[in-house]
Parts: sequence; structure tokens; C-alpha cells
Amino acid sequence: MSSPVAARFVGSAVHRKEDRRLLTGHGQYVADASAPRMVHAAFLRSELAKARLNSVNIEAAKSAPGVIAVFLWSDFHEKFGEAWHGMLGEQLVVPPPLAIMDVRYVGDPIALVVAETRALAEDACALIEVDYEPEQATVDYASAAADSNVVHAAWGLPSNVMVEVPFTPMSADLDETFNSVEHVVETTIVQNRYLCVPMETRGVLASWTPGLEELDLIVATQSVHETRNFFARYLGLDEGAVRVTARDVGGGFGQKMFVYREECAVVLATKLLGRPVKWIEDRLENLTSAGHSRNELGKVRMAITADGVIEAITVDHVADVGAYTPCPAVMDPTLLPGPYRIPRLGFSTQMVWTNTMGKAAYRGPWMFETTAREMAIDVAARQIGMDPAELRRKNLLSLAELPFTSPGGKLFQEITPLETLEQALGMLGYDEFRKEQAAAREQGRWLGVGICVYVEPTSMEQATLATEGATIRIESSGKVVAFLSTTSHGQSIETTMAQIIADQIGVGYDDVTVVQADTQSTPYGPGTGGSRTAVIAGGAAHDAAVAVRDKVLAIAAHMMEAAPEDLQIAEGVVAVRGTPDRSLTIKEVATQAYTNAHTLPVDVAGGLEATIRFKPKRFPTWSNAAHVCVVEIDPETFIPRILRYIVSEDCGKMINPQVVEGQIFGGVVQGLGGVLYEDFRYDTDGNPQTTTFLDYLLPTTGETPLIEIGHLESVSTTNPGGFKGMGEGGAIGAHAAVANAVGDALAHLGVNVTSTPLGPEQIFELVQASQKERA
Amino acid sequence: MNDRTRVRLTVNGQPESVEVEPRALLADVLRDNLGLTGTHLACEHGVCGACTVLIDGEAARSCLVFAVQAEGSSVTTVEGLTPPDGLSPVQEAMRDCHGLQCGFCTPGIVVSMTAYLNDHPNPSDDDLREAMSGNLCRCTGYQGILAAARQAADRINAI
Repeated sequence: MSSPVAARFVGSAVHRKEDRRLLTGHGQYVADASAPRMVHAAFLRSELAKARLNSVNIEAAKSAPGVIAVFLWSDFHEKFGEAWHGMLGEQLVVPPPLAIMDVRYVGDPIALVVAETRALAEDACALIEVDYEPEQATVDYASAAADSNVVHAAWGLPSNVMVEVPFTPMSADLDETFNSVEHVVETTIVQNRYLCVPMETRGVLASWTPGLEELDLIVATQSVHETRNFFARYLGLDEGAVRVTARDVGGGFGQKMFVYREECAVVLATKLLGRPVKWIEDRLENLTSAGHSRNELGKVRMAITADGVIEAITVDHVADVGAYTPCPAVMDPTLLPGPYRIPRLGFSTQMVWTNTMGKAAYRGPWMFETTAREMAIDVAARQIGMDPAELRRKNLLSLAELPFTSPGGKLFQEITPLETLEQALGMLGYDEFRKEQAAAREQGRWLGVGICVYVEPTSMEQATLATEGATIRIESSGKVVAFLSTTSHGQSIETTMAQIIADQIGVGYDDVTVVQADTQSTPYGPGTGGSRTAVIAGGAAHDAAVAVRDKVLAIAAHMMEAAPEDLQIAEGVVAVRGTPDRSLTIKEVATQAYTNAHTLPVDVAGGLEATIRFKPKRFPTWSNAAHVCVVEIDPETFIPRILRYIVSEDCGKMINPQVVEGQIFGGVVQGLGGVLYEDFRYDTDGNPQTTTFLDYLLPTTGETPLIEIGHLESVSTTNPGGFKGMGEGGAIGAHAAVANAVGDALAHLGVNVTSTPLGPEQIFELVQASQKERA
Repeated sequence: MNDRTRVRLTVNGQPESVEVEPRALLADVLRDNLGLTGTHLACEHGVCGACTVLIDGEAARSCLVFAVQAEGSSVTTVEGLTPPDGLSPVQEAMRDCHGLQCGFCTPGIVVSMTAYLNDHPNPSDDDLREAMSGNLCRCTGYQGILAAARQAADRINAI
């Protein structure tokens, strides 16, 4: 039977439903919300990276103007219960809302002041006297495992090692392979600490109403449902007594995926005070005290034959998780071989605590596998004297040879690694560029090209992540309301899901309203992250729309005395195929469904509503891309500048090409920012050095190149729409592509680029060191 | 510090009179006293541009201006740049070119772009790149914003 509807909106760049309110200043972010009798919170935070708290004197603060309360740990002790997330499991507990006996990073919250205004709360914070007993901090993660200064000594822990996986060969003949090949390449790749930096900081408006005994939270989060479940456990409430909403969230990128201790403190404050408490983080706090990211290193070894076949890859990996990690998401070593035909793998992993802000997820949290492999491939290419594009060509998988099972156990199918590389190289004109580069070097100009090819595991299955839900209702007016389990923070979900739903029901895009991020009305979802919306939420939206459409067809068939399979729906009208004058509007069908349900057949219950949960056929849904970047470095100032940036990507069928490209653009600029401009630094005592936007430099229009995108569409069979996730890819691929471009630009000087960041300061030092070595 | 001062100013064409602390920032007064929450605060140290408003027609960072400094001036926020029906040419271009995702930096972008195009009717692409470099955005990678600036400049010129 042919489909009763035809796609009209999927695949097109419709206007976003979100845009009107956001463009006119009518977005509803948490900072914009208020409540009767609302008061404001500010935290006093540690100024030292590691210290005992001898005393905290809050007397002056308590009597300061406008102060309602000053809370210390002792006020919250035994006032809360379990503090864990469904996605991370019961073992990973959110740390105490305030410091107990000691502080373990600069920014560790010590006291919470609640006052009539935020300014008065901050004034009172300044009156709190803390007597610290300083201790030696551990800051360098590479040496933290052996450091006798233990971050969590107060808990009785013996060392700074949180997790250690000893070297694990995934292939029996790893040693023989390294012993028998022509080339063994060994290099240590270091990726710097750079951060999510959503433009909206964290924030929460928490309202506990005594008598009503309900907690209402408006919060800047990527997951309203997990936030609700968390606080239900935290306060020992039924889930139905906690409502969490987040109408508009100003970016997250992973940082807002989980509940933080500050939000716990604010919730305890409203519970104790019985009046709404609002906390809006400032930028200093966001840079120093919201989840940090990246900051990993790996010693990579590759076994390569004389003709450039990579026979094995291994990594010894170390990741910094800071003092308290909101989400210990680090490199996935089983993904190290990436989309290459590399048959052998081995790895070790070490996650270590330091006296710095803890690690959270950031757009592709596992992505150090890509940075490590792709930067190491360029080191290898330089070492064995092979062009880096050619070395990749020789080893990349292509669509025709799939499925392929990697030595890490990944089953690849429906991806196009070699094809995207060729498309991207073609867009650049790679061979011509090499000639131009050689000519430029003759003139003393330093040009370089960098490549990064990766595969992205989207829509993964771990813990809570496998499923999303949708409730779709056609109202009696014929208009459609979709209640989705997502929590958008910039992903255009209202738009893309409405495109899918409109197509599947056969109504106009403007007839669909999407409701999300409200725990009282929407199905449970684990949160928006992990490039899961198109595939999983899109699958739920698709299937729920089909279920509602089937109800429309059943009722219309009864009303028109026709068989349901003879009907089609287009633009809100149900008609008998081939007999367009026999038709009903969806509004007429809806009227029957709601107000004359008694006239319907016994097996048609009336109403037009369906709730469906969706789970993909397989996990993950792979997508892939190749990035190619051209930089020029000024030989006098050492300032790198990107001349061209090209992405060839394959996210399967695109719901909305403009949204897809927007996601790529944003991810790429975050990735290149982390190489060229952004670098979060601590000094050796653990004092943060980059605490404003004048020190922590985000890319602006001034530095950002034009980004060129090519698309391949190998359709995924994990979900009905043929979609693949793609939200994280830009940020995954850009880091190594840019670093490799800088490396290529400096290669003729004998420089071997293996670490980031690569600002003018680092490039100057690399060139100086190379010149000294040569002299 | 709590001695309050009366400030009279015009906001989006409406005469307003507010009693504020001398240290109150214009941004906070617009948001908290006048309920105009379209002006966003994202750094509060004058770098990101999210809080940009027009003061007597000139773009200014309302997190770096005390409300008392705005005494007697005419302030326009993103709410005031929106026509009664539909969107302004800048807002329309931002929508057409996908110049926003999460929307948090967007009010500042709309105000900055509007102010620049009012004063510079024939900008080159490089001019637009320079003009918009004072507004940080973390979602779009600026591609849509620059395309929107181009479209808005061209459309305003065509009118």
C-alpha cells in the first residue's frame, strides 16, 4: 500500500518556530522568570585550590542589609537524601552542596547567602570571614597519579587515581605486529582544557511552597526529567510533587546535562525558607565553577607497513577529571581506530583527580580518540615521508566494504569515510593547494593544510539514553500539539520535529505546536545531548504522528463509508484516492472524534491522541565527516589565520539542511576556538588565570572563517526517517583539523606539532625550540 | 549605598521614571524595574555584547552603563526595535539566514546590527565582519549572523 501522506516539509529549510520570540526579546530564560516573594542567592566560593577551613564567620553577613539567611554546610547536613542521576548511576554522587571541612578547588562553594536582591547577597558574601589553612594543591594531571598530595585525602583515599584500566591488548598479535612492521610511530598528543561556555550561564529559580508541599523549578538544563527525578530522590518526594520546566535555555553543549551542587544548595534553601530562591550564575563563576572539559593526553603508537598500511594503533591515555566531576566523560579508547581499516588495537586509561574544576561533558565528550588518532596520523605521515591525505586514503573504510567490525568491537555500517574525504579534498583542490603551498614557502609564507576524518557514535544506548517519547494530539480545531520528551537548548527541536509530524499527519507545518521541557505535560526523556534528537526523538515523533494519522483515517473512513486504505491526507484534508470531491477536513474528523465519539464504531475510542516511545533498531547510529582546514601563519607575529575550512559530512537524510549546517558551523567554531584562542589555565598553585572574556578568548566574527560544507546522504536504517545524529561532529573534527593545519604549515621548519593550544605564543615557542635544536 | 536616586528616561518611546541605587546598572533597571527581559546579561564585563541597547541611537553595553548615566536619554531595547506587525529587516534576515540557535546572544546581535546598518548604509563584507566582532555567539559559528547582516544591508538599501 502506498503511503497516505507525502513529505512536504522534511528536507526543507522552513522558518524556525523558535525564532519569533527569540528575535523580539520574548524568549523565556530562567533569568527572566520571577515568583511572588522571590529572594536571590549568591555563593561565597573558595579562593584557594586546597585548604582546611579553620573557621567561617558569617555573623556580619547575617546582619547585613537585606539578608534573609546565610547557609553553611551545617545548615544542610541531613536535610537531603540520595544525590545521583539515572544516566550516571548510583555510584557517582553529586558532592555536598557546600564545603564541609575543606576546599578542593578555587570556586568550591563555602556559603550561600540569600537576600532581597542579588547585589545585597553579593555585598553580604564580602562580609564573610574565612580562615583557611592552605595545603599543597595538585594541578598537573600528567603527574597527579604519583603525587603524594592527594586531592581527596580528607575522604581517606590513597591516591589521585579515580579509574585505572591497565594496558589491554584487543588483538593477540599486537607485539608481533609492532616488531615486524617497517615503521613504528610513537608520539604523545596533548589536548588542552577548553570549555563549553554557553552564553547563558547556569541558573535556577526554585520554589518550595509549604502546605502545597510541591517543588517547582525553572532551570537552565538540558534535561528537565532527569532534574525532576534527581530532586524527587534528593528531597524524598514523589516525582509528581516536583515540576521542572525550561522553556528557553541559552546553550549547554554538555555543561547543563546534570544537576550541580549549586542547584542542590538553592533547592535546600527554598525548602528551608519556604519562599522562592533564584540563583543566576555570573560569568566568573561559570568559567571557574561550571563543568570543565577536554584536558586529556595520550601516548599513541602506530605500526605502519612500508607501503603505508596501518596495522595497529595503541594509546596510553590520561584524563583530568578535576576535584569533583559532574560527568566523568572521557575518551572512548575502543573508538581510537576510528573509521579506518586498522585491524589491531590496545589501550590503557587513567582518570585522575586534581585540585581544579571538575570535568563535565562537552560536545563529543569521547572525542579525544579523534584528536589523538588524527594528530598522530599527521606525525606518522611526516615521519615516514608520506602525504597525510594519501596515508588516510590508504587506510580509510569506504561504504562499499561495510559492514566492518573494528578491533574495538564497533560494527560500522551506512557510513562514508573515504567518500567524505574525497569530497572535501575535491572541494579544496588538494593537489593544487600543495603546489600553491610550495610556491608560498619559496616566498617565505607559511601555509598548511590539516585533515581530520572521524566517525561519530550518535544516539547511543547507555543507561537512560536508548529511548524518547512523544504524545501527539489533534485538537478539536484540527490543530496539532506535540508533547516531546526533549529539552532544547538551541537545537531547533520545535522546528525539526514539527516538520516530521506535519509530513506524517498530512497537515501544514504552521498547524503544529511543539511543547517540551515541562515534566508535567511531556513524556519522560533523558535529556537533549549525545546527538540523539533527530534519530530517537524524531523516531518517537514520527511513530506517534503515524498512530494519530491512523486514527484520523479510521474515523474518516467511517464518516465517508470508505476503506481506510483508500484514503489520503494532504494539507489537512482527508480524501478518497482518485475521488477528490469525497473529502473531509481534519477539523471535521476531529469534531466527530471529540464531540460525537458515541457515533463511532465500537473499536474506535474517539479522541485523536497517541503516545509512543521509540527505540532505534540498533545502537549507535553512526554518522561521519571529513574536515579540511587551511591556515596561514604570519612568520613575524606567529598569528595563525584560517584561510579555508571545509566539511564533508554524512548525517543521512537531513530534516532541515539549514539546521544541519548551523550545527556544523557552531561545532566547528568551538573546535577551532579550542586550538587557536581558548585555553583555560591554572597556575601551579591552582589559581585560575583566565576568568573573564578578556583572558578566555572566544572566537568572534573577526577570526572565524567562511565554512564550506558538502553533504553525502547515506540513509540510516536505525530509524524510520533515515536520519543520523550530527550535533557534536563539528566540535569533534575541528580540533585535529586545525592543529594538523598548523603542524603542516610549520613542518618545513622541522616543527612537530603534537599538542594544543596553538596560539601565537605556542607557535613562537615551537619555532624557537626547533631552531635551537637545528643550531 | 542604598540611597536611591530618581532617574527619568525614555525607553522604547515611553517616558519612564524609576528610583534606583546609584550603583544600579542600566541593564538591571531595564530587566528588573521595567520588566524588559529581552536585554540579556551574559558576561557583565562589557565583552560579549548580549546586553547591547541603543542610547540616543548609539549602541551601548547596558552592563557598563549606570542607570543614573542614562538620565534624560532615550533608550531602545530589542523590544523597541520590533515593529507592531512582523519583524524588522534585521530580525527577518536573522530568521532567514539561521542567525540564531539558542537565542541568548540574539537581542544584542539584533541591536548591534541595526545600529551599525543605520549608520553605514553600504557596508562591505569585511565591514560587517568587523562591525559584528563585538558580539559573542556560541551556537552559530557566526555564519548565519554574517549572512543575515549582508541580507539586511542589501534589503535596507533596496527599500
